[in-house]
Amino acid sequence: MSETQRVLMQGNEALARGLVEHGCAVATSYPGTPASEILAVIKALQQAEELPMHVEWAVNEKVAFEIAYAASQSGLRAVTAMKQVGLNVAADPLASAAYLGTVGGFVVVCADDPGPHSSQTEQDSRLMAMLYKVPVLDPSSPAEAGELAGKAFELSEAFRIPVMLRPTTRVCHACQDIAPGPLQRLNRVADFQKEPSRWAATPVHRYRLHLELNEKLRQIAAWEPTAPLRLNPGAGGKRGVIASGVAAAHARELLQALGLWDELPFFQVVQPYPLHTAFIDEIIASYDELLVLEETTGVIEMQLRDRSRVRGKLSGVVPEAGELLPEIVERLLAEFAGLPAPMQFTPPTGGGRRPTLCPGCPHRASFYAIKKAAPKGIYPSDIGCYTLGLNLGGVDTVLCMGGAVGQAAGFYQAYRITGQERDIVATVGDSTFFHACIPPLVDAVVQGARFVLTILDNSTTAMTGNQPTPAHGTPQGRSVNIEELVRGCGVQFCRTGDPLDLPAFTALMKEAVTFSHTDGVAVVIARSPCLVDRSVKQPRRPQVNVDAAACTGCRLCTRQFECPALLYDAVSNKVTVDLMICTGCAVCLEVCPTKAIGQV
Amino acid sequence: MTQQQLIISGVGGQGILFITRLLAETAIARGVPVLTSETHGMAQRGGIVVSHLKIGNFTSPLVRPGQADGLLSLKGETVALHSHFLRQDGWSVTNSSSPDRAQFTVDADAASLLLGNPQAVNLIVLGRALAEPGLLFCNLEEVEAALAVKLAAKPRLLEGALAALHAGITG
Repeated sequence: MSETQRVLMQGNEALARGLVEHGCAVATSYPGTPASEILAVIKALQQAEELPMHVEWAVNEKVAFEIAYAASQSGLRAVTAMKQVGLNVAADPLASAAYLGTVGGFVVVCADDPGPHSSQTEQDSRLMAMLYKVPVLDPSSPAEAGELAGKAFELSEAFRIPVMLRPTTRVCHACQDIAPGPLQRLNRVADFQKEPSRWAATPVHRYRLHLELNEKLRQIAAWEPTAPLRLNPGAGGKRGVIASGVAAAHARELLQALGLWDELPFFQVVQPYPLHTAFIDEIIASYDELLVLEETTGVIEMQLRDRSRVRGKLSGVVPEAGELLPEIVERLLAEFAGLPAPMQFTPPTGGGRRPTLCPGCPHRASFYAIKKAAPKGIYPSDIGCYTLGLNLGGVDTVLCMGGAVGQAAGFYQAYRITGQERDIVATVGDSTFFHACIPPLVDAVVQGARFVLTILDNSTTAMTGNQPTPAHGTPQGRSVNIEELVRGCGVQFCRTGDPLDLPAFTALMKEAVTFSHTDGVAVVIARSPCLVDRSVKQPRRPQVNVDAAACTGCRLCTRQFECPALLYDAVSNKVTVDLMICTGCAVCLEVCPTKAIGQV
Repeated sequence: MTQQQLIISGVGGQGILFITRLLAETAIARGVPVLTSETHGMAQRGGIVVSHLKIGNFTSPLVRPGQADGLLSLKGETVALHSHFLRQDGWSVTNSSSPDRAQFTVDADAASLLLGNPQAVNLIVLGRALAEPGLLFCNLEEVEAALAVKLAAKPRLLEGALAALHAGITG
């Protein structure tokens, strides 16, 4: 590919390419929106260019972090990529690695999701960078994400420190025309130098390392390559605008659209933490008033020591939750400049449609069977497509990855000590089971908790784009069997069934619920492949039809079973089939009480 | 320089990302800068999906309300949800069997079933937009050329895609 040819690249793709262009040798990740595409792009580049890299979907973010970190300790450039809540899982090694430092460049890509669009929280990972004392870079566009990947390696090696690169959804999932650069091959060999007082530091050494870390941060706050950028040197005046991330991209365009480009001095902060000391001194000395635009928390703002002239989130001017959409940035800039308020367009309220399990999804059948087997149960659930079991009334709680198992045990204990009995049926996906469910399952067995755990095994990590799970194995390794793992945790009831065979699966669920009344944890593995997994050959099945004469309009199939391919028509009081999307799974044949649904 | 801001919306699974990127690649082939913003994650499971496409000199990936030149709606209901993005004189091309709700319509569901390809709704709507001269920043030949590059390794998919585009043009 010629260097001048521009191609359309998604932010995650540009970032991934930037890492490989700068000699990344080890890359690890656990999928999560909006970070999921990063590792897939690295893997594709590695294969296409036959690069000597280790690229893996790790079992969870903590493991991913540790594998990449050891590569850095061995002198190689390494990256671990995750979404913001994934960093919560990897927080333990990050906190410690900041003290110990690095050898080869080590980049932690942590993709935030202001909005949030596809996350439990809209936490600002730049606060995690502050908490654990690592520098963080905040790209404003796909092209910049690619450029900062290289700078992050450079910064990490200059100061022997992990560097966080924090794109947000609007960078990760934006696309831009970008000219790919050449791939550097560093030809380093792994060379771990033993230094127990650092790599295995005891508390007495940790104090020394903390002093060392503080000194690194002081120097990083003066490192020129990541200093804030003054984007319109021609603008004068005593009122300035500071922005970072995609808010800077919005502000840049809007300052021009509002005719303020030559009026308001505009700074883009590339490294929100540690904020450059000279920059802080300069802006506080030079400006009467400053507007700070950033997502999601006021991280830049809180480092401005004198905030008496700063307008931002802490001063109550800029919203502290949700995205800083361009229309909000426009309003804030106009207000700041004393312009009349821009016209506001109100989006319609209501309407839209909620996400739903796909037509033909085996999870829908599993939830239907769970409701039949434990109609008055408590249903703790977890993170994945199956969260959408909410629509069927099959999900009562969603906390965090693996939370369903600990919560199921907790509900059991809470009811037990107050002398009550309640059926508890938890649902987790197969990838989630490997990620975070094994310690709580061991705990439940040891503590004598009684509940049913349903592992919805569609043999993929579906929600994030069908990444593999440990049950697939790898060409160089072995696969791990879920049944063996469950039995290894001490579970005495472990059975597997196909939820698309609804009568047999419902009977199995009932058996498991009965077992859990007296004997402890029962595990049911609901095994049926994901219908949108392109790596699996999908069955071609005849679509279903509804006999209008037999349909009573009871709506059990649209409300209790909630299949989006079944449409209720209020005028005729009948259900029809949407032939655009019916997959012919035929589970509805069993659901319909009057047997009005058939299959050709 | 060519400048255009578009909103493309519908329901997860309809191939909104595909035609957003196709149009973006058509712009790049013209030598024009492009920015898009896509919907990923949970909304792709049957929820409302919306793409922003900005062709020309922009730095923000998002279209502001009241600024879009056009709206491509792959599911009729998104016209009501997303027409606030349109400029006062903005246009919309809608997949609908009732032609009264928008300026330009095509019954893409029916046309795709006729083609035996329910996945083709996206290209049928795009074809309908290309049939009205002057709506989009590009013409049919440029989109066909971008499709040929995009699906070069998949001749059967390319054939189906071109058929869908033409079905949209003939309405």
